[in-house]
Amino acid sequence: MASDGVAVLPAARLRLNGAWVVPPLGILAALFFYPLALIIQQSVTTAGGLPDFGSYARVLAGPLFANALLHTLEIALLATTGCLALGFTMALVLTFVPFPGARALSRLIDTFIALPTFLIALALTFIYGSAGIANMSIMQLTGAEEPPIDFLYTVAGVVLAEVTVYTPFVMRPLLAAFSLIETAQIEVASSLGAGAWRIIRRVILPAALPALLAGGSLCLLLTVNEFGIVFFIGAKGVITLPLLVYGKAIQEDDYTAACVIAVVNIALSLSLFLLYRVMVARVDQGQRGA
Amino acid sequence: MDASGIGFTGVTVAYKGAVALDNLDLDVAPGEIMAIIGPSGCGKTTALRAVAGFVQPTRGRIRIGATDVTDLPPYARDIGMVVQNYALFPHMRVAENVAFGLRARRAPDSLVAERVRDCLVMVGMEAYADRYPRQLSGGQQQRVAIARALAIRPRVLLLDEPLSALDAQIRRNMLGELARLHRDLPHLTVLYVTHDQTEALTLADRIAIMRGGRLIANGTSQMLYRAPPNRFAAEFLGRANLLAVRHEQTDGRFARVRLGDTVLTAMAPFSELAGEVLLCLRPHDIFLAPVSVQPANTLHATVTDVQWLGDQHSVALELAGQVLRLVSTPLRDPPPPGAVVAVHFAAEDASIIPEGTG
Ligand SMILES: Nc1ncnc2c1ncn2[C@@H]1O[C@H](COP(=O)(O)OP(=O)(O)OP(=O)(O)O)[C@@H](O)[C@H]1O
Ligand SMILES: [Mg+2]
Repeated sequence: MASDGVAVLPAARLRLNGAWVVPPLGILAALFFYPLALIIQQSVTTAGGLPDFGSYARVLAGPLFANALLHTLEIALLATTGCLALGFTMALVLTFVPFPGARALSRLIDTFIALPTFLIALALTFIYGSAGIANMSIMQLTGAEEPPIDFLYTVAGVVLAEVTVYTPFVMRPLLAAFSLIETAQIEVASSLGAGAWRIIRRVILPAALPALLAGGSLCLLLTVNEFGIVFFIGAKGVITLPLLVYGKAIQEDDYTAACVIAVVNIALSLSLFLLYRVMVARVDQGQRGA
Repeated sequence: MDASGIGFTGVTVAYKGAVALDNLDLDVAPGEIMAIIGPSGCGKTTALRAVAGFVQPTRGRIRIGATDVTDLPPYARDIGMVVQNYALFPHMRVAENVAFGLRARRAPDSLVAERVRDCLVMVGMEAYADRYPRQLSGGQQQRVAIARALAIRPRVLLLDEPLSALDAQIRRNMLGELARLHRDLPHLTVLYVTHDQTEALTLADRIAIMRGGRLIANGTSQMLYRAPPNRFAAEFLGRANLLAVRHEQTDGRFARVRLGDTVLTAMAPFSELAGEVLLCLRPHDIFLAPVSVQPANTLHATVTDVQWLGDQHSVALELAGQVLRLVSTPLRDPPPPGAVVAVHFAAEDASIIPEGTG
């Protein structure tokens, strides 16, 4: 009977016994949980190996940490906002304003994801750096002594590089979301008298909201933890948490301080991740309706 | 409000060189329901989208009321549109969907509330104002889509296969409701695209039949059905027997034609008949006659197949190499296959089609 055939279906899952979970868990433990535990342990131990929570007070109260935390959040928020704005606009144009080569262009942008992040920083240095093309040409033309363009070595430069690198991470889910919007919806909206701006706000944006949240949270996570770009640009005084960890551990040999900051960084990442899950769940729920 | 008609004048639409609409001339009178029917790919949707402003004609003009809208953007055309899958806005509740057009026009809140309520009542959906589209059945979504289109009091309503996603029973109900809706809004001009001839015949005042981007026939549903101007129109709208006959003489409204040795009389709605023409006979206009009685317009034919369809009999006949199909109320004594029977028809129920057109 047909119903028998259906009833058998669930058994089609992989029938593996419990032992199969051991290797992945083992690998996870060795590569992830153990080092994590080491870091946490290190952060609450003195150099002599005695338990000590004082290092938290010492490190977190210092001006270096406050400065780094502020810079981290500032850069992450600015870069994420930039990524969302740029990504939304570009995805909108690529999807709804047909032009020859739109497809090729979106593929090209996709390949950005594959590139190492510091490459963009390097490219920006070539262009806007003090010895870059832009500055050199202006200096030759005007005879100026000092390089006129110096935003690259500020927070703005870091943000610019991060926006360039991470916008594709927003565009990808957005392009997927946009491709699911029925053309008919947009056409009906337009026949009802809605102009482009109203259609974007009332029809496209709600459909893109989950993708924006997902892409935005991902950006926030990545930019909070970004090391390569900030390091490569080397803007004076622009120290973020990951950079501070590096400085403490590698340059000052202060492993305890490095681990304390790392733990804070991890906590920050995890809370962002949690926030992301909650937002996505809420959007899902809202769309399923009460 | 005055009703506005729709006018196509020499409208041609080409997609990347492929002509989808070829020099269409068509006028929809104010307050009329015009159905455009035709096989898949014949350009029905294209014609509708040209009125809505989603495709730009390569040639020709489109008029709504007295306004030439050819160069107007869709949002300035004052049309209501309902598409096959309704395209409701999934993130808005029913009431917000219906309010969308009014809000786009910046109507005051009090007017929006009132109009939304009226439109939902009109389609019988007032109890569902707070639902989301995905919480509605197909038929209910359809009603909301219609309410949304009507809320802006459009000059014309464009419907593109609005019932094709519904099952047969609901489709019949919706057809009745659309007819009622139009009785309530007699000034509304409706352009209704469908490939379903029943929908067209039920609803439309006039029907335009298209094929391959061209207008093949256009007239009142009665006229197109009783006196199709060409073979395609006859076969597309209802079922038709088309017998090849020879024209002999036209006498006012009637013509005499010859089929083999038999001389038959039929309506001649089109002049300039000569030589080979077609005799159009609808299956239910043909009657089995006892062989003894021989009224005018009697033909002798051999039964090839008899089907009982519950409420009717369908009989396939063969005469002089041509197939003739008749349907009748259930027969007490259906003739067996192979029997020779006499069939007859009234001259008023048959019409002559000039051969070679369409
Ligand atoms: N966007 C488009 N690009 C290229 N060709 C198109 C496009 N839209 C329609 N066509 C072509 O134009 C012709 C008419 O299409 P249209 O959609 O008007 O047909 P239709 O009568 O509505 O058919 P159906 O009953 O299947 O909906 C078809 O041959 C179709 O392939
Ligand atoms: Mg169509």
